[in-house]
Parts: sequence; C-alpha cells; structure tokens
Amino acid sequence: MIISIASGKGGTGKTTVATNLALSIGTGVQLLDCDVEEPNAYLFLHPKFDETLLVTASVPEVDKDKCDLCGKCDEICRFRAIVRIGETVLTFPELCHSCGGCMAVCPRGAITEGARELGIIQKGFCNGIEFIHGKLRVGEAMSPPLIRKVRSFTRPDKLTIIDAPPGTSCPVIAAMKDTDFVVLVTEPTPFGLHDLELAVGAVRVLDIPCGLIINRSDMGDHKVRSYADEQGLPILMEIPFDKRIAVAYSRGEMIVKVMPEWKEKFLALLQNIKRLANNPGAGV
Amino acid sequence: MKELVIISGKGGTGKTSLLAAFASLAEKKVLCDADVDAADLHLIMKPRIRKRHDFQSGHTACINRDKCIQCGLCRDLCKFEAISEHFEVDPVSCEGCGVCVYFCPEKAIDFPVNTCGEWYISDTRFGPMVHARLGIAEENSGKLVSLVRREARKIAEEKNLGLILTDGPPGVGCPVIASIGGASAVLIVTEPTVSGKHDMQRVIQLADFFNIPALVCINKFDLNTEMSREIEDFAEEKKLTCVGHIPFDPVFIQSMVKEKTVIEYEPDGEAGQALKKIWDGLVKKLGL
Repeated sequence: MIISIASGKGGTGKTTVATNLALSIGTGVQLLDCDVEEPNAYLFLHPKFDETLLVTASVPEVDKDKCDLCGKCDEICRFRAIVRIGETVLTFPELCHSCGGCMAVCPRGAITEGARELGIIQKGFCNGIEFIHGKLRVGEAMSPPLIRKVRSFTRPDKLTIIDAPPGTSCPVIAAMKDTDFVVLVTEPTPFGLHDLELAVGAVRVLDIPCGLIINRSDMGDHKVRSYADEQGLPILMEIPFDKRIAVAYSRGEMIVKVMPEWKEKFLALLQNIKRLANNPGAGV
Repeated sequence: MKELVIISGKGGTGKTSLLAAFASLAEKKVLCDADVDAADLHLIMKPRIRKRHDFQSGHTACINRDKCIQCGLCRDLCKFEAISEHFEVDPVSCEGCGVCVYFCPEKAIDFPVNTCGEWYISDTRFGPMVHARLGIAEENSGKLVSLVRREARKIAEEKNLGLILTDGPPGVGCPVIASIGGASAVLIVTEPTVSGKHDMQRVIQLADFFNIPALVCINKFDLNTEMSREIEDFAEEKKLTCVGHIPFDPVFIQSMVKEKTVIEYEPDGEAGQALKKIWDGLVKKLGL
C-alpha cells in the first residue's frame, strides 16, 4: 500500500506527518521523500545512508562527422533543445525533456544519448524504516523525472509513505499518481483553505481516495472544517498549535519522541487510512 | 526599474504575508504573483480583474480511433508510458513531445494545444497587479511565471512605476528559476527551523547560480533564537545582508482572516514595526 502525504500550500506539516507516521510504525515501512527540490525528512529521521546514486536525464549528443544537417531533429523537437543554425546543430541540454524524438528521427544515426545530471538519490535505514530521498541538483529545473526515479524504489511488499512536494502541478502529480491514498495536510487559514481546494482538485483528477489532517487546528477560522463537511472529506487528525511541537520541530525533533502519547494517534491514523483506502467510496 | 522577488525554498515561511505588508508600505509599484501553482496573494489583495486571458502552452496527444490501426509504434516510442494498451493517451502522463504524432504512419494522432490556465491584469487598493491561475495538474508553470513577470514589467513601464514586487513559489525548481531570472534582488524569507535553514541554503545557492543578489530575513525568529543566530551567521559567511527578523505573532493569521495586510491590520504591533524596519532596509538596499 502506498500513502502519499501532500498539501497544496507549503509549510503546513507534510514532513512532520510523514516522518512521525513512519517512525510510529517502524520496521517494515518505507519512506520516500519525493520533495526533491527541498527534501527535509532526513533532517528529522537522520537515516544512515549506505548508497548514493547519480540520476541523469538522457539528452542528445550530435556526432558532427555523421550529421548532414538535414534538420529533422530541429523539426521534431518541441522544446528547442536541438536547433540547426546555418552549418551547425546546437543542443541545449537544460531544455531537453528526454523524449528521444531526435534520436529516433535522425536518418544517419548521428545522435547518441548523453546525460544531464538531475540530482542524486540516497538510500539508507533508520529505526527499521527504509529511507529513500532524491535531491535535485541546484540549477536543475525539472524535478518530475527525479521524483519518478525515487518512486521506482517502491517495494510492493512494504507499506510505502511518500512525502510529496507542495503545489498542484507536475511535481506533485508525479509524487501522488498511482498511490492508494492521499493525506492532505492543511491549516485552518484562508491560504490553507484556498490551496487545499486546489489540492483536492488534483487528487480528484487522479481519482484517489483522500482525507485531511488539520495542523495548528486551533488557529485561524472554521472554513476548512465547513469545506471538509461540504465535500465529504474525512478529517483524519487534528494537531493543535502547541509551542512544544513548534520548538521540537525547529530543532529537528520528532513529535512522537518529545510527546510519546502521539504515537498511538499516528498508529490510529494508519488504521483509519487503511480502512478508507479499502472503501473506495470514502473521501473521493 | 527594480524588481524584488520574494522566495524561501521552504513553503509556509511567510512569503505572501510579507509581500502583502510591503505592498502597504511601498509607493508606486506593480504587484506580481509568480506562485502560479498555488497563488494566494489575491486573497489579501482582493483584485478587481480588468483583463482576463487564457494561458495556452504545450500540446497533448489524442489518438483518433477511426484512423488508428493499432500498429503499436507510438507506444514503443513514447518515453513517458502515456499510451495504454488500448491506445488511449493518459493526458496527465503525456509530456507533449509530439514524437507519436510525428511517427504515426496513419496520421491518426491529433495534437491540440493545451489551455492550461488563466492570467489576469487587475486593480487593487495598492495599485495594479498581475496574477494567474494554473489549471489543476497542468504543466508549464515556468512559462506562466515568465509571462506574468513580463506583463508586470510592461505595466510598470507604461505607468512609470519604479518597482515590481513579485511573490515567488517555494522550492528551487522550474517555477522558481523562472521567477528570479533578471530580478534586481531576491529576498529569502526563512524561519529558524532545521528545514528552514536547510532550504534557505539551497535557495541561496540557486540565487548565486543565476547571479541574482540575495537578501535574507528571518520570520518567527523567536521560535528558536539559537537557530536564528546560526542563520544570521550563515548569511554573514556568504556575505549576504540579513535585513531583519520578525517575531512569531498570531497577527499574521488574524490579518489574513480579515483579508488585510499586517500593516493595515495592526501597523504599530511588534510584527508591524519589524516589517516597517525591514522595508526601510530594503528601500536603502535597492536604492528605491
């Protein structure tokens, strides 16, 4: 089973929920931090990494001796990543989406596969949790291919928790797609509600059951709750604002360690999610 | 013409609240919401939309069943696994590369342009604003970011307004890269948490990579003063100016609920005073 933790708005507590849920379950769980632009889960769980992989995207390399400047590569490329200018063919690897069109179309086999570094993936363990995250190379624009690569390490025999990036566009979709349940972490503020509505829209496009966690639930207003009611979205957990939680978070400490009574709540959350995921009508 | 872009790396550090406060304080400016993926600035600014435009970008393949002979070439060529065994295109997976369209021997694949959002030119109580809404699960947010920034610049030039205040997205990827290129400076809003510091370091690296001058300010600094000091030390080490810090204050949420900026809601509170001080620092730093 794969549970993704997403939010729309940033800073609502995705990583807090993902890491505390994983630590409460412990052995047998896999945590994939797919917020590859700003991966934070490792700052809380301190996994011991035993493997680092370089992840690259395939980009064209042109063999000038074979190229006869026919221009077919320029014609097929929608992203202006390969361009014929006068007597030369130029490539712009940072614009390339790795569709392979230029290589497929070149009649002289003059284009071969080069590589653009997307970032790294690190794998390790902590407290029986299998931990995997991606780190986008600073300066690289495209995160979805790296997110998909992180997700390729999903093990079907395990319970997998995915910490998704904020937003509602391609990186989040890459993180949530084909997961069994989405937990949307929100806060009861106008920004929280607005971005939650967008996130629910994205989850519905993907047709995945979902539920809400309201963080800092005693600040702000009641509109998130009314919205959840109207939409039939189950509220799975409320985390009130507590200075102890905020300070623990600031130091990289886990809620379930500082306030052990929360472990039961996270385990109950898991049971709730399992029940809802098996009951496709709920929260869709 | 100056453009200040507010970014953070980590989400939820207060970018939009700070930008709204600066909108209350700045003279002659254009507001620009470049966080097109989860735009929130309009919730405070209550813009009156004057012009509404479709944002069209990219294409999605669509197989015409009557013409398709199910030869399978498109599926073999598609690197995004977007074509099912029944020869249906999953629009969410389709990258819009057009390779299938190009090679289809029966010319059975249509390739319509996507309308993936809207963008607006609006009036607000603080002056003109350019903003957008990216469709759910859509791509090309970087292009939409570039578009709203370009339009904001046009308005600033036409109306002779010397400043563009741009609210940027979180992260370090495509939309952030699109929102900082060519800016006069970025203001990085961070918070004194392990994640805040970590993400700030990455976004500082990004600004450096693109040669954009970066300034730092710390929101909720009193949540962990030790961490705040570490952040200030880091900024100093990187020779970046720390333009100030703001205490943790429920006024941020209270003013948001009332659809007001912190400066409108409680100008003389502790947070309001801190924001004014930061703004004065920015005015000097940017030479406004």
